Amino acid sequence: MSNIDEIKVCELEAKANEIRQSIIEMLCEAGSGHTAGPLGMTDIFTAFYFHILKHNPKDPLWEDRDRLILSNGHIVPVRYATMAHAGYFSLEEAMTLRKFGSRIQGHPEIEKIPALETTSGPLGSGLGQAAGIAYGARMDGKKFRTYCLMSDAEHQAGNLWESAMFAGVNKLSNITGVIDRNNIQINGMTEDVMPLEPLREKYEAFGWHVIDVDGHNIEAFCDAVEESKAIYEKPTLIIAHTIPGKGIAGIEFDYTWHGKSPKTGEAEKFLQELRTLKGKITCGDKE
Amino acid sequence: MINKDLQLAANIFDIEKLEQASTRDGFGKGVVEAGKEDERVVVLCADLAESTRAHWFKDAFPARYIEIGVAEQNLATVASGLANYGKIPFITSYAAFSPGRNNEQIRTTISLSNLPVKICGMHAGVSVGPDGATHQQLEDIALMRVQPNMTVIYPCDVEEARKATIASAKNDVPTYLRFARSNTPIFTTKETPFEIGKAELVWKEENPHATIIACGPLLYKALEAAKELSEEGVSLLVLNNHTIKPMDIDAVLRCAKESGAVVTVEEHQVHGGMGSRVAEILSERYPVPIEFIGVHDQFGQSGTPEELIEHYGMGVSAIKQAVKKVITRKKR
Repeated sequence: MSNIDEIKVCELEAKANEIRQSIIEMLCEAGSGHTAGPLGMTDIFTAFYFHILKHNPKDPLWEDRDRLILSNGHIVPVRYATMAHAGYFSLEEAMTLRKFGSRIQGHPEIEKIPALETTSGPLGSGLGQAAGIAYGARMDGKKFRTYCLMSDAEHQAGNLWESAMFAGVNKLSNITGVIDRNNIQINGMTEDVMPLEPLREKYEAFGWHVIDVDGHNIEAFCDAVEESKAIYEKPTLIIAHTIPGKGIAGIEFDYTWHGKSPKTGEAEKFLQELRTLKGKITCGDKE
Repeated sequence: MINKDLQLAANIFDIEKLEQASTRDGFGKGVVEAGKEDERVVVLCADLAESTRAHWFKDAFPARYIEIGVAEQNLATVASGLANYGKIPFITSYAAFSPGRNNEQIRTTISLSNLPVKICGMHAGVSVGPDGATHQQLEDIALMRVQPNMTVIYPCDVEEARKATIASAKNDVPTYLRFARSNTPIFTTKETPFEIGKAELVWKEENPHATIIACGPLLYKALEAAKELSEEGVSLLVLNNHTIKPMDIDAVLRCAKESGAVVTVEEHQVHGGMGSRVAEILSERYPVPIEFIGVHDQFGQSGTPEELIEHYGMGVSAIKQAVKKVITRKKR
């Protein structure tokens, strides 16, 4: 029994497609930035901002909002695009990504946009911040959840495991971590550069409840988040298996698209592909 | 002469009778007082509860004491999250490890994020003694003072350390507080004024030949040097420059203008420390000869605090020599 109905899933899938188009447009206009990660995480960001999070774009610092922490700040174009679609700021402003004088910085900064929750970019530090927020909230009996989105390769950083240990031993069950398990990093495939597996067993050994899920199956992802809310004794980690560059067949799983943006001609092709997809991805296609 | 307005210890030069304590004790007392005043104050510890005096807070407020273990990067990032949520976190470790090890986490998640985390670096300087160079943090002021948004304070004795800790709980900005392990003279009192960013003249004489600008426990040695020099006919000003950032520019300029020469004194590398900041200010606005007392581009070694202070040229005789030298460099 799912926690989300089919019509809602269809709406979210259509929204995700629109957001992917915005990401391509933003990156093309910026002339630099990361492409693969944002496209791979679009379904999950859509699910968060349009279904999972308790939030209010008109009152972004509402005290009891859920906190969404983005640890791997380099995929922030997907967050900007999703937040623009959710009404935090205009799509026009989102298009100023990486431009001089813009609030839409190359990596997220709370001093520029407090609704981003944290400043990030240097990897491995988001889970510690999420743990600090969750710990403080629990001290005060606050009921909101803290979500922490992380990349897979940032699990090569020691700071992250210090935080995983801290959250586990303190039973911070008000945290749901999400790993974007897309298997790529700048120098190649994660298992070639510096292997991460077995990720599930590592987190379990650190005292976490772990769920594996298809990161493009919005229904399954939302259900995993619901499951995490029911786990009382442990923080929960969702390993979201995603396809880097998802939605653009020619760049899916191509690690060379980790850290670059599409040029004008490429962007037109990508947008054409996404527009053609529109209407093709339906609930029925998942069967 | 000692500046009477500051109500310093009555027996300030009676070293036999003057009480001694470490500035870390001032932190320990101050953070408990801050915790009583404001329940948002929390203390994070990285497996050094006793030597940082964090255990005094743990005894008083066990629910607001957070153990991190030997993980200084996480010490900074968890504190950033707590401050982000609305707490006032004090993070405690040896300065060699915090901010020594976790500099990037402090830069991104505290300074750039502009969150009011209080970084308490203990056992700073060579005076930690027998532990040797690995634990003798001499670069922390340099690391912290170059970060935008960061306030940097280096108290001179246990009482000023207590006041600085309490004041930092209220300043609502990222703050680095530097403390020492060894016992040093307690020469300020409860009545001595303390304000972040306001340097105080602790020694004033008519027609001064030079100014000693000092911070941390070596300020006491600066005073001893001033007293001896006064007896030799050399008049001085001595400035307690406890706030390295934002520095009291007006006070530094007034001293330079009045005396025409400056000696800076700190238990830190002369590169990038308090003295460097004084030099930046004066070279831009009112150039005068400066001599720098501190460690000159070296690491420390094992020894007693007194042996090390003498060896690295930070004792009373070295300060006196520097004063005499800087006076000879003044334009006639």
